Amino acid sequence: MADTVQFDLVSPERLLASAQVTSVQIPGADGDMTAMAGHAPTITTLRPGVLSVEGPDGASEYVVTGGFAEISADSISVLAERAIAKGDMTREHHEAMVKEAEEALSRAKETFDNEPGPVDDAAKLLADMVAVGDHISV
Amino acid sequence: MPSLKDLKNRIESVKSTRKITKAMQMVAAAKLRRAQEAAEMSRPYTERFNAVMSNLAASVGGSDSAPRLLSGTGSDKVQLLIVMTSERGLCGGFNANIAKKAKTHAKKLLAEGKEVKILTVGKKGRDQLKREYSKHFVGHVDLTEVKRVGYADAQGIAKDILARFDAGEFDVATIFYAKFENVVSQIPTAQQIIPADFEEPEADEASTLFDYEPDEEAILADLLPRGVATQIFSALLENGASEQGARMSAMDNATRNAGEMIEDLTIEYNRSRQAVITNELIEIISGAEAL
Repeated sequence: MADTVQFDLVSPERLLASAQVTSVQIPGADGDMTAMAGHAPTITTLRPGVLSVEGPDGASEYVVTGGFAEISADSISVLAERAIAKGDMTREHHEAMVKEAEEALSRAKETFDNEPGPVDDAAKLLADMVAVGDHISV
Repeated sequence: MPSLKDLKNRIESVKSTRKITKAMQMVAAAKLRRAQEAAEMSRPYTERFNAVMSNLAASVGGSDSAPRLLSGTGSDKVQLLIVMTSERGLCGGFNANIAKKAKTHAKKLLAEGKEVKILTVGKKGRDQLKREYSKHFVGHVDLTEVKRVGYADAQGIAKDILARFDAGEFDVATIFYAKFENVVSQIPTAQQIIPADFEEPEADEASTLFDYEPDEEAILADLLPRGVATQIFSALLENGASEQGARMSAMDNATRNAGEMIEDLTIEYNRSRQAVITNELIEIISGAEAL
């Protein structure tokens, strides 16, 4: 059995998961990364996506949006603003999230007329949200 | 001298008041437990968040390009006070204490010649501050419909505040809420949230060098607005627990006072009843003697 590492998934409202795991795949802002025991200390922000955890007791997946992950050699903490176990994710949840992202995009378009930065960010957020839907096939 | 009937009515009415306060106390106790649980659940997130933020802030804070949410606007002329209170009364001095703290702060700022703006969360605080500071009001957040405070509520408030900050409406923001110590003591607290004010990281913790992805400043710019929401959320939860704690002890006192009052009234009632009986006896006896 490979080395395990302490994994915690916390949202502002509660602690979702805390277990010994072998690997965690994190949807980082600059791309997905898989963290295992002995990973170099890293802090990365999250994009909306699916977080998959593999441990001795089996694998589990969570849908996370916004937040960050703190990785060190012997612990991985993911702080997500919203985190839902994939099994609990419903079409309504996803539609609400996509709608929110669409609103953010139209707001960004209104406020920042000639600045591409925020509009692109919001568009990316929306694309990520939609991609989450494809991934979990709701 | 009240008649026997009056006394009896009063005893009955105090008894039903006691029933109500007793019920309210028990409801508050149950709600308090739930509020405390919610506050406890949110603690791991807040603690870790602040730990990472203070690390980041310490490493980026010194540079000129630090985000404005961290370094401030360079002025402290316009101050925004966010006063968080409850939506319901009958909770002892809870709302009054928070309002008093905010008032003292506002008075001090006004004396220093600064501009004060007030945003209220919860209608009890708004009612108390309205008399003196209504011209300083810039907004009110209504949580009457909210049964259980969720992170989304905090995000809503944070969004409102950040929009005002981006529009340059204020330089410094401070939140006022009651920190839950225990059932009998809730401490009114003022906490500055913009510019963000983090404790210095402890020396041995800062020794871990993290890789940042994307770079530190981008992370900080992403996380600072979330930090505002996080702080507001934990203040809301603390406030929720404090409110229930304050209500519980206020209602406990009220129940006890009602009990004492019933005792006093019962003694008075018995005495007057005795007096009436004695009077009647005297009348009968003197009537019999006169024959």
